Amino acid sequence: MRLTINGKEETIEKNSVTVAQLLTEMNVEMPDMVSVELNGDFLERENYDGIEVQENDRVEFLYFMGGGSLIG
Amino acid sequence: MNLNEEQIERYSRHILLKDVGVEGQMKLLNAKVLIIGAGGLGAPAAMYLAAAGVGTIGIADKDKVDITNLQRQIIHFTKDIDVEKVSSAKEKMNQINPDVEVKTYNEFLMANNIREIIRGYDFVIDGTDSFASKFLINDACVLEGIPFSHGGILRFDGQTMTVKPNDTACYRCVFIKPPPANVVPTCSQAGVLGAIAGMLGTIQAAEALKFITGVGEPLYNKLLSFDAKSMRFREIKFKKNDKCGVCSENAHITELKDEEQAACDLTT
Ligand SMILES: [Zn+2]
Repeated sequence: MRLTINGKEETIEKNSVTVAQLLTEMNVEMPDMVSVELNGDFLERENYDGIEVQENDRVEFLYFMGGGSLIG
Repeated sequence: MNLNEEQIERYSRHILLKDVGVEGQMKLLNAKVLIIGAGGLGAPAAMYLAAAGVGTIGIADKDKVDITNLQRQIIHFTKDIDVEKVSSAKEKMNQINPDVEVKTYNEFLMANNIREIIRGYDFVIDGTDSFASKFLINDACVLEGIPFSHGGILRFDGQTMTVKPNDTACYRCVFIKPPPANVVPTCSQAGVLGAIAGMLGTIQAAEALKFITGVGEPLYNKLLSFDAKSMRFREIKFKKNDKCGVCSENAHITELKDEEQAACDLTT
């Protein structure tokens, strides 16, 4: 199926795939470090296993990034 | 208050900008911006805001300067090793521009003191490393109604967004809750190209200056994300999350609490 992932057209060799499987498929090293937006909605991390993506869905993987000064 | 002759010269390149002018410069001189974290992001932000003549700049950090900081935290010099970061930063900011009043907070910002510290500032720059801090700053700014800039860097990547509480999507709308503490690589553990911290901190400073002068459009409801290896920039647009824990109608966070910190044995 065809998906738009991070703004790029991608083809996945599967007819149905969960968000968790998609993260693996796309070689995301640390799924816990990614917030997933599916068609404009942000998903709870606990639901990555239960939500399936469909043909033509728009998916964004937004990485958690720290990287300033430790203050707390 | 009017600009004196020296100020007219010092800020002439701002004043020449039609969108800024004398009026915009006066706004900057009357503005109060708090920079949380005097590290990789906060250092360039503090220098540019001081140079720009932001009248009051607060800077909060509990760390001392370490030799590993000097690769990117350009406000600190070799002579400053072991000096409190906020003192080191204040010294340089005053040298750049004696017009600026620098307030230092040599303390950890926690749930029990952050609201008091940020209150009264017009804009906050988040230059912190840990996700616990980033969520704390987000929630405190939302509860106090203070706009802020989020910034993050990792290796060769950076991201930033600007939040106007309640009007635009907040950090928690997008990232929901901190990642599990044990999986987190922060800058201190993962490495970062120093100049990328500079790119990010400078964008954050520009967002603060835009917000104060009312010039242009801040990075509202979008995350600007870039990969410095390809030097490609992308914008990811979104709207407020109607399930957001702090800024939606269904918000359950009305008081702050300290989140579990990611384990980290190095200082940034
Ligand atoms: Zn929110």
